[in-house]
Amino acid sequence: MKPFTGYRSPYPGTQPNHLHPPYASSAKRAPTRPLVQIPYTLSEITGPSFEPESVSPAAYDLTRQHDGEPLGERIVVGGRVLDENSRPLANTLVEIWQANAAGRYRHEVDQHDAPLDPNFTGCGQVVTDADGRYRFVTIRPGEYPWHNHYNAWRPAHIHFSLFGPAFATRLVTQMFFPGDPLLPFDPIFNCTADEKARNRLISIFDWETTVPRQALGYRFDIVLRGRDATPMEE
Amino acid sequence: MSLQATTSQTVGPYFKIGLEWLNRSTLAAESVAGERVTIRGRVLDGDGAPVPDALLEIWQANRHGKYAHPEDSQDKPLEAGFTGFGRVPTNNAGCFQFVTIKPGPVPGPNGREQAPHLVISVLMRGLLKRLVTRLYFPNDEPNGSDPILNLVDAERRSTLIANAASGGHLEWNVVLQGTHETVFFDLGL
Repeated sequence: MKPFTGYRSPYPGTQPNHLHPPYASSAKRAPTRPLVQIPYTLSEITGPSFEPESVSPAAYDLTRQHDGEPLGERIVVGGRVLDENSRPLANTLVEIWQANAAGRYRHEVDQHDAPLDPNFTGCGQVVTDADGRYRFVTIRPGEYPWHNHYNAWRPAHIHFSLFGPAFATRLVTQMFFPGDPLLPFDPIFNCTADEKARNRLISIFDWETTVPRQALGYRFDIVLRGRDATPMEE
Repeated sequence: MSLQATTSQTVGPYFKIGLEWLNRSTLAAESVAGERVTIRGRVLDGDGAPVPDALLEIWQANRHGKYAHPEDSQDKPLEAGFTGFGRVPTNNAGCFQFVTIKPGPVPGPNGREQAPHLVISVLMRGLLKRLVTRLYFPNDEPNGSDPILNLVDAERRSTLIANAASGGHLEWNVVLQGTHETVFFDLGL
């Protein structure tokens, strides 16, 4: 094997701990014993590969999966996927899922008393282009209550899942909307010590992404871990 | 210019609607050569209760110990139709099952070979970032010299090694907390 480099460790405070007491569900699910440090091996610097054909060409548009159009405010969400070395990541699978405009997920566990929308499933997939770009058309998701604490409400958000080039770069995150009054109270959004890191989860209203007479645009750039400068011994 | 990786967030309770299109519990079709294994287990929380909303993602080499990925420069053959990727949710009883082939050994640090293993991400509501673990195979002689297993306290290594069950399948559980807590690895996430 050729020598290879591992992946950079996160900047302090920019990633959550597994145990985050304000997020009640972490109490019984976060590991209690220290994680075991291991070196990067071929197993972690490889990972599943995707190509444009991995997804349906129509899967970027969440507003055209049914006979009619979903209710709510149509929006475009787009941006670039880069690594920490500012390199665009092409052919990265991006999967999203979200609540409908009323704040209800099409999922049997979601019993929130808000209507389902027969014209909205709430999931989409794209593969990034050569410049690392992705773009979805969807509707703005609604806020919804949850059981974490008294009168708890999740700010409007879209779930994002990305693979990147390796097992080491796998990321699941959430995108929020600018100016959401619920953000300061959300224990999931507020899971990092670093305020700037959490604020990067808030998309930016963007004229370039906005389509005249069609949809407001929100830009959300995503950064996956980048390679270290120093090669590992192999 | 140097950027900082985006903050991880939980998959939450509703990931099924976004991720199930890519569920893959048969990693190797019948046509893929190799020792076929069925792996079954449960995900258990700190109360020992089954976790009905967990997702496992599996990544592995083929029977020759070759990863279907450009970073693998070994002179070993790829297998047609085998990517090495799996995505398996737990059911309402916290159980999961997948079918694959046992991978071959792959290179490890300092020229030491790694025993056959799967690398596994565990995602669920309650986890703001994924857990990373490994599954090794029972009664496998290379386990004794595996450079990663040897970084784990001897009394905890068994949490990473599947058991041969009487039904012919392998059994391997993900225990999130407690005395038999599964070993999870620090990949700097």
